[in-house]
Amino acid sequence: MSDIKERISKICPEATFEEGDCLLVSVPEPKWYPLAKALRDDAGLRFDVLTAVCGVDWKDSIGVVYYLTSTSRSWEVIAVKVAVEDRENPMIHSVSDLWKVANFQEREVYDFFGIKFINHPDMRRFFLRNDWVGYPLRKDYDANPELNPIRLTDEINEDDSVSYVEDENGKVKAVPKKVFEEEDYVVNIGPQHPSTHGVMRFRAAVDGETVKKVDVVSGYIHRGIEKLSEGLTYPQILHFTDRMDYMSAHQNRHCVCLCIEKALGLDVPRRAQVIRVMMDELMRISSHLLSFGCTAMDLGATTAFFYGFREREMVLDIFEKTCGARMSMNYNVIGGVIADLHPDFVKDVKALIEIMPSRLKEYHKVFTGNVIAQNRLRNVGHLSKEDAVNYCITGPSGRGSNWSCDCRKKHPYAVYGELDFEEVLETGCDSFSRYMVRMREIEESCKILAQLVDNIPEGPIRAQVPKMIKLPAGRWYQQVEASRGTFGVYIESDGQKNPYRVHLQSPCFNLVGVMDLTCQGYMIADLITIGAALDFVIPDIDR
Amino acid sequence: MDVNIKSMKREDFKDNEYIDKLVEELNATGANVVVGKLDQLINWGISNSLWPLCFGTSCCAIEFMSLGAARYDMARFGFEVARNSPRQADYIMVQGTIVHRMAPVLRRLYEQLAEPKYVIAAGGCAVSGGPFKNSYCVLPGVDKILPVDVYIPGCPPRPEAMFYGLMQLQRKIKVQRFFGGVNRQEKIKEFFQKHPEEQGKY
Repeated sequence: MSDIKERISKICPEATFEEGDCLLVSVPEPKWYPLAKALRDDAGLRFDVLTAVCGVDWKDSIGVVYYLTSTSRSWEVIAVKVAVEDRENPMIHSVSDLWKVANFQEREVYDFFGIKFINHPDMRRFFLRNDWVGYPLRKDYDANPELNPIRLTDEINEDDSVSYVEDENGKVKAVPKKVFEEEDYVVNIGPQHPSTHGVMRFRAAVDGETVKKVDVVSGYIHRGIEKLSEGLTYPQILHFTDRMDYMSAHQNRHCVCLCIEKALGLDVPRRAQVIRVMMDELMRISSHLLSFGCTAMDLGATTAFFYGFREREMVLDIFEKTCGARMSMNYNVIGGVIADLHPDFVKDVKALIEIMPSRLKEYHKVFTGNVIAQNRLRNVGHLSKEDAVNYCITGPSGRGSNWSCDCRKKHPYAVYGELDFEEVLETGCDSFSRYMVRMREIEESCKILAQLVDNIPEGPIRAQVPKMIKLPAGRWYQQVEASRGTFGVYIESDGQKNPYRVHLQSPCFNLVGVMDLTCQGYMIADLITIGAALDFVIPDIDR
Repeated sequence: MDVNIKSMKREDFKDNEYIDKLVEELNATGANVVVGKLDQLINWGISNSLWPLCFGTSCCAIEFMSLGAARYDMARFGFEVARNSPRQADYIMVQGTIVHRMAPVLRRLYEQLAEPKYVIAAGGCAVSGGPFKNSYCVLPGVDKILPVDVYIPGCPPRPEAMFYGLMQLQRKIKVQRFFGGVNRQEKIKEFFQKHPEEQGKY
């Protein structure tokens, strides 16, 4: 870590350092872009993944905390803080040309905080309506419903975009841009479409049947979870995570609990850790089964959907017995889990892992080997490893491009460090590889469950926590491997009982950012299968 | 007049007073025998072939998919033909939070449904905004923009609860009238007069 400091000081002498759960570098805004370029390209640094972009309003200043990961430095994470004092017209240089994932991330920050990113190609709102007044995550946001009433008039399709371009003298001027070219033929897909897996909307420019460009219009289920969290106490914010990616409910909640426990310095009893890991893996199985069913259904294979749901119900029964609910389980709490295991738990899990291998064989027989499935998934939606890293596509989709990015291996949490399991990788870089990674991950999850099911230690299920949980002032970032990729939580506290800022870095947000790239050059019908194989969950994108 | 549906006995429902009141209202004005029989026939048909519109925004939609799968199997009740176009559907089951950006879309979808049309608010979010009620961009319940027929609480509601709600809708359909008398189309018109499109706030 010390060599990072030296190297950064050499590039940017004004940088100040702060130790925390990871190194925090504060740089003045004009030095940010050169530093970012060096951080990415310098042979000794190579921070090639932009993990998270968290906008924060510090009242006297406003800015962004970037989390960067270096795959070559054994997944070391650093944070870079860039703040500007101008609240009227805050501007920060965009890094969307260095890390493509920043394109949508910066649009989100613009939407929430009104920070304009210089040289960003497409500075439009992302989640909120085009006619929205104000920037909701600013601390001085006026929440008066008179300003933003529920409008029942249709939203005008916004084809005009703007880019803030800096010329050689350092002057910034707004350059109008068009989302689509004049002669483009644009097909609208969604928001109410059965194959977009929720209320996602794509606008695809097509040339004949070939896709030229996909414009993602998001925000049809944006519920403002991050802002709501700022007004609630730490135990109260937990339940939101179950309702973001509802197919990764346990993992997401695990992540927030881990982040708060890290800040409190709390030790979680081993029994709770084992239970959490088992629940995470059960959730992963259930998620991948749903993904299998939905991919099949999107291709018109309704029978496979019934098979996928048949086994999924077994997992849901296990959840229901222990957690009391089939979905939105609300099981993890700060310091452990909320209830002890049901007496049938071990028996049910054993029954599941015994039956799964034969069922997987059945799935492959029914669907994977099918000639239609093969033709529609193989060599469709190509995403190279470099692009996967640059767009920060984690989870099964990233591993389908042969990028080893499993957070359970890279930053082991709970008891994952002691377990014997394989990180599933496929080299095809296409939709079929992504699909196969999911199917093989079910086997790995069963393997993990088999290792733990007979070794659940006795003991308390949660640690003693204070009645009123207050985090010390500071900031923390925690990642876990959710069903669809690396889920991250950023919590900034000012010592109060409620968080100052919570940012939830969802994996699906990055997945949808790659839709434009993966669909280009393929048929419009392939857009559905590419979406199905990427397997995004819309409430996770919109939050 | 007794309101009976095929799937569940009358005494198993917990709110029979409500349905009795509706029947009383109907009987108060009296009905022509021919028209009454025609109504019964139409209602029998509609209530046993309710086709939903695939409209799920979040978690509740996954439970609705479970409803469609083999274990719960909504085909038993005639709900299985989930339509992707509102023009072919009978009712819209709002599953999930409705936010500001979605509100005009939902209203448009409702307007595209062919008469007779019904709305079910499934889950806490659709009923009242649920855990997101205080958010800056969440609609506190779909009844602010649509006339809701049945509310199904839960987060998300269990498949059994969804069936209970759907059966309530079947019962409600059994007591409606198409010809003369109490006509729900009038009520819908009233609702939209109270909630016009131009109106900025609810």
